[in-house]
Amino acid sequence: MNKFNVQDIRKDFPILSREVNGKPLVYLDNGATSQKPQVVIDAITGYYTNDNSNIHRGVHTLSQVATTAYEEARIKIQKWINAEHLEEIIFTKGTTDGINLISNAWGRANLEKGDEVIITEMEHHSNIVPWQMICDEKEAILKVIPISDSGELLMDEYKKLLSPKTKMVALVHISNALGTINPVKEVTRLAHEVGAKVLIDGAQQVAHAAPNVRDLDADFYVFGLHKMFGPTGVGILYGKRDLLNAIPPYQGGGDMIKTVSFEKTTYNELPHKFEAGTPNISAGIATAAAVDYIESLDWEAIHIHEKELLDYATEALKKIDGVRIIGEAPEKASVISFVVEGIHAYDIGVIVDKMGIAVRTGHHCTQPLMNRFGIQGTVRASFAFYNTKEEVDLLIAALKRAINMLVK
Amino acid sequence: MTINERQDEVIEEFETFEDWMDKYEYLISLGKELPLIDEQKKIDENIIKGCQSRVWLAAELDNDKVQFTADSDAIITKGIISLMIRVLTDSSPQEILETELYFIDKVGLKEHLSPTRSNGLVSMVKQMKMYAIAFSSKG
Repeated sequence: MNKFNVQDIRKDFPILSREVNGKPLVYLDNGATSQKPQVVIDAITGYYTNDNSNIHRGVHTLSQVATTAYEEARIKIQKWINAEHLEEIIFTKGTTDGINLISNAWGRANLEKGDEVIITEMEHHSNIVPWQMICDEKEAILKVIPISDSGELLMDEYKKLLSPKTKMVALVHISNALGTINPVKEVTRLAHEVGAKVLIDGAQQVAHAAPNVRDLDADFYVFGLHKMFGPTGVGILYGKRDLLNAIPPYQGGGDMIKTVSFEKTTYNELPHKFEAGTPNISAGIATAAAVDYIESLDWEAIHIHEKELLDYATEALKKIDGVRIIGEAPEKASVISFVVEGIHAYDIGVIVDKMGIAVRTGHHCTQPLMNRFGIQGTVRASFAFYNTKEEVDLLIAALKRAINMLVK
Repeated sequence: MTINERQDEVIEEFETFEDWMDKYEYLISLGKELPLIDEQKKIDENIIKGCQSRVWLAAELDNDKVQFTADSDAIITKGIISLMIRVLTDSSPQEILETELYFIDKVGLKEHLSPTRSNGLVSMVKQMKMYAIAFSSKG
């Protein structure tokens, strides 16, 4: 393992050397999607150049090669998240797809009238709406854990919500809008005490550390590859084997069946039971490259680096008049959301973009959370390990310039 | 003045700007001018919700000419709205429907009318045309 050197790391990501609006790109929108290292890009083009063929079907060589590469990616993911069994790793289209799979397939089979599903006030719409839909259908009740002004879950309130009626607790591991790292292990333990299942939305977690699903004791854990330096269009649903076995299939089609007649179809076994149709093969294969790349890095050094970026940016932002940081939990990933008094986030986003800086603005698909803080939206800078202090300086300078233009 | 004459006038104005800073400072100054809509018209019925910024739009027919008023909570969006109103207001519904809006593209603000910006402007332009359709069917 090489010593962590951010300038060397940046060379792995070709896009980081491009310009935007005549300025070097400063990419601080990693919470939306991360950039891809050359090895991931090569895996995608390599598949289409040399190995393209459908998987799990053909006896011919190409199909075997592609199937092997695809299945190797599954093994790598299994090891990376410390899942007990390989068949607990289901390929999906992404985080949202994984949540919908569970809310639909698990929810249909397990929720009854009067049952309760608990989510949190800081959920992304994709971990709110699927549960609303299934609760509507099943006449189940959706409950929400409130958060504090600093953006932390109110655990005492959570304990009050838990009861034997609770069937599912679905929550985000790291908040995309606040950066809060939730105590998911404790949330899970408490849910299990009342017999509820837990789904953890790990979309933001996977860019910062491998989730250890066995240590967390998560029943379901979902994430997408594109936020962890892998391709778009592929995600992972981890589920405990017994639970997945007990859930009926979600979508019908090829790959998920054992035998089909017009009278009766028998379903394939895990994981294929939940993988109907030809998947995103190139992305699946490139997943292996993404995990290999991640594992080649010094994560201890990365945690220190990301913490430094977060602290450095937080300090600098606080020094600017009118800036209010939204989300100040002590346990926080390298994500900073903020508002500037009297200035709309959109205006800031537009001006800093002209200076080559990519930040996210808006409600971050967390409208209930924005309402909680009484705001329309925020500016969000989300850092990955390839970001630098110099980039934070550029952000601050651009922000000051934007504020100057917008308030005078 | 026809809509096209007004579009050309805006384009000419923008030609004097040397860089993006000048252009955006101008938009911001437009956005800071007096409210472009009566406060009592800033109601939910008139709101166009974008993911990024909100736009309010109202229209009336006065002497066969459409009078648009609009506002936004984001100042750059508001600056662009102000240009839109300047170009389109006080025109006949027929002319609004028949004229192609090319000035936004020509002055280099096309990106703001991209659906991905989700700032409410695309929906606002559509809504302006809808008003024109509604008024022309009345007349």
